[in-house]
Amino acid sequence: MAKLQGLLFGLATLVLVVVATAFFAKEWLPPLKSDRIAIDHGIAVTLLVTGLVFIATNLLLAFFAWRYQDAPGATAAYWHHNAKLEWIWTLVTAAIMFGFLFNALAMWGQLQKAPPADAMLVEVVGQQFAWNVRYPGKDGIFGRTDAKLVDPGNLNFIGLDKTDPNAADDVIMPQNQLYLPEGLPVRVRIRSLDVIHSFFLPNFRVKQDAMPGMAVETWFTPKVAGDYEIACAEHCGLGHYRMRGQLHVVKPDGFDAAVAAALE
Amino acid sequence: MAHAETHAAEAHGHADHAPQSFIWKYVFSKDHKVIGIQYYVTAMFMALIAGLLAMTIRLQLAWPEKTFPSLNFLTKGYTDGVMNPEFYAMLFTMHGTIMVFFVLSTAPVSGFGNMLIPLQVGARDMAFPFLNGLSFWTFLPGCIVILSSFFVGAGAAAGGWTSYPPLSALRSAVPGSEMGQTLWIIGMVFFIASFTMGGLNFVTTILNMRTKGLSMMRMPMTLWAMFLVAVLGLLSFPALTAASLMLLFDRHFGTSFFIPSGLVLSGQVVNHQGGSPLLWQHLFWFLGHPEVYILMLPALGFTSDIMVAFCRKPIFGYKAMVGAMLAISGLSFVVWGHHMFVSGMSPYLGMAFAVGTMLIAVPSAVKTFNWLATLWRSRIIFKTPMLWAMGVVSLFISGGLSGIWLGQTALDIHFHDTYFVVAHFHLIMAGAALFGVFGATAFWFPKMFGRMMNDTLGKIHFWFTFLAYYCTFFPMHYIGLAGHMRRIYDPYQYEFLKNLQPINQFITISAFILGASQILFFINYFWSAFRGEKATDNPWNAAGLEWTTPSPPGHGNWPGEIPEVHRWPFDYSVPGAEKDFVLQTDPAPIGDKAGSH
Ligand SMILES: [Cu+2]
Repeated sequence: MAKLQGLLFGLATLVLVVVATAFFAKEWLPPLKSDRIAIDHGIAVTLLVTGLVFIATNLLLAFFAWRYQDAPGATAAYWHHNAKLEWIWTLVTAAIMFGFLFNALAMWGQLQKAPPADAMLVEVVGQQFAWNVRYPGKDGIFGRTDAKLVDPGNLNFIGLDKTDPNAADDVIMPQNQLYLPEGLPVRVRIRSLDVIHSFFLPNFRVKQDAMPGMAVETWFTPKVAGDYEIACAEHCGLGHYRMRGQLHVVKPDGFDAAVAAALE
Repeated sequence: MAHAETHAAEAHGHADHAPQSFIWKYVFSKDHKVIGIQYYVTAMFMALIAGLLAMTIRLQLAWPEKTFPSLNFLTKGYTDGVMNPEFYAMLFTMHGTIMVFFVLSTAPVSGFGNMLIPLQVGARDMAFPFLNGLSFWTFLPGCIVILSSFFVGAGAAAGGWTSYPPLSALRSAVPGSEMGQTLWIIGMVFFIASFTMGGLNFVTTILNMRTKGLSMMRMPMTLWAMFLVAVLGLLSFPALTAASLMLLFDRHFGTSFFIPSGLVLSGQVVNHQGGSPLLWQHLFWFLGHPEVYILMLPALGFTSDIMVAFCRKPIFGYKAMVGAMLAISGLSFVVWGHHMFVSGMSPYLGMAFAVGTMLIAVPSAVKTFNWLATLWRSRIIFKTPMLWAMGVVSLFISGGLSGIWLGQTALDIHFHDTYFVVAHFHLIMAGAALFGVFGATAFWFPKMFGRMMNDTLGKIHFWFTFLAYYCTFFPMHYIGLAGHMRRIYDPYQYEFLKNLQPINQFITISAFILGASQILFFINYFWSAFRGEKATDNPWNAAGLEWTTPSPPGHGNWPGEIPEVHRWPFDYSVPGAEKDFVLQTDPAPIGDKAGSH
């Protein structure tokens, strides 16, 4: 019984995890539809390394727990110090961590670098419990907004100041409808009207908090035309769970028509 | 508990006389052991509540489409058998708050810290017994305030245990929790005040009241953990105190620390300007990350001290283990930003915090390797405390490895605020802390009540808990990978989460089994406290100083003089010694390194 308990230790965990992985692996990452494949590669490498360490340490745990059970005549070693061992496992772990760190920072740098000059600009403004989408129009400049001018009744969800010349050609979409052209880099300017939301595109490996008082930009390139979901990832109140938007990635030549149709 | 008198009467050379009346002995006690048990039992009660909240959360996530008319008695929670979304927000907010602060900080630190520190340093009591009693009687009102918030006004706080403003700062942002959030703040202030008094006591007692011969480098790992935890608490909690009071002012007195200009809430322009919600996140996580280690370090200490006693072998790499704890504690102050990678703070800051985060994995790995080396060529006796100690090692490995996924800034973009994070911290922080507490309970039970816990029942409880724990929290990694967000009242509103419902149901059933298994523990704890087998002074043949006291120790802990310490508490299987352990108080120069530790 004691032997069994010892063995069960690491093995139970290992078996559980292997079975679970085989069973659940069909629900893996949502299919990738953007250019952020580096994130998926990073996940795969991390899975491989941490998976191997997981298996190795659990096997050791199981083996030790089984092998070194108390038994008549068994003795324990009076062995409690080995500087060389300590240095080895400290330095090896540190080296692996530096590998991960270097890779992660390189990836982070790529994601955070300035967007290409031809990137399309779009603004997404979170509010309880909807996403407001605005395009800057031909001038490429967003018009001024003012909290006092917010008027949902007249579809002015974000308080656009129509007296501002830059606002003249701004396009405010119906709520929760975001259209993006396929294959073109897009800069998303993310804001919030009230509390913190988080603009999450599961299929695009994009997540950026909408922080009240700040306008934060993130950019990426949608790769495959289709209809996707926008989720809110930060608890924003009782309607958080239904703060669901739609992202339509369309062929570039049909983009203007699709936006016009949505505005009808 | 009645045995305490016998030994107390024998106490010599102790200035303070044992109180005789029930109320001063067991209610407003200044005795560290009574206070420890008071904290522990209160924390257990809070765990029961927080656990029930979790069960209700799980019920909703598995079957949001079903109605439960039998739950209509929760008038604020259910209408016609359907859960209200705002109640769901209260559930996860209060589950997190109570578990993190009122259970998993309280039971290991305030409970076992008070119980064990004087016994392990060789002192009659804590340095400031009155402050210690006051600390508990400050903690209890905190619990009452936090719990009462469910019954006041429209209900408890609903902004998440992190209480991010503006959601938590604007009283109309979460309808139905106007008073709840305020009571949350008041409850937290009570908690922090109590924890600060405890921390002062811990640091002073450990630094100044160690018995003759007990140098810092002869301390058991539990003492090291308690010392570091107290320092972490004293340095980090003030940030949350300040932030909480600022939040209180934002809510009630018109300040705008955390509320920026130009907000519009349900059609109304918000009359605040100039604040920054990011400031709260920095202050909160400046506490929040050290807090994670406040939960974990005691469990890591218990694990080492329990492991040696059941391996009959000295701790491997003591200096490395102490060094790793010091490194973890130091680094815990420079990693808080990894909770904020996608918050909109400067990406360069994100890089700096990623460095700290990846670095902290190194001492954590060192701890694991040293535990494994302790097991190697040992002689393992599988009693309940040892099972829990090995459970901590297992959870520490599983939860630690997923930390490497989350610490990589770029990968965190996908994982942030998903169930992957929930899986990670339930395994490493909550799980390790919980298992550590269970292990410590079984191990030091004789010093609490002078009796043994039932070993068979303890083992059954362990295996149910261990397996159900993995079945509950491991699958959360998969739904996290699939993008399942946290804090979602009804995940299946989203197309991409619809196919995850079977996994959520599996998790829920596992969680129910996990919850139900805890009944075994409650039975064992209370039955054993009154009816358990009488314990000898040193039932595990352990080497630590605390095992030289009677079980249970009386008022003043040692009936005679406080013993002197001659070695570290890890001398097991010393070559040439007559028994397979040498008590810390044994002056005999045996073994190759005896006395040098
Ligand atoms: Cu939201």
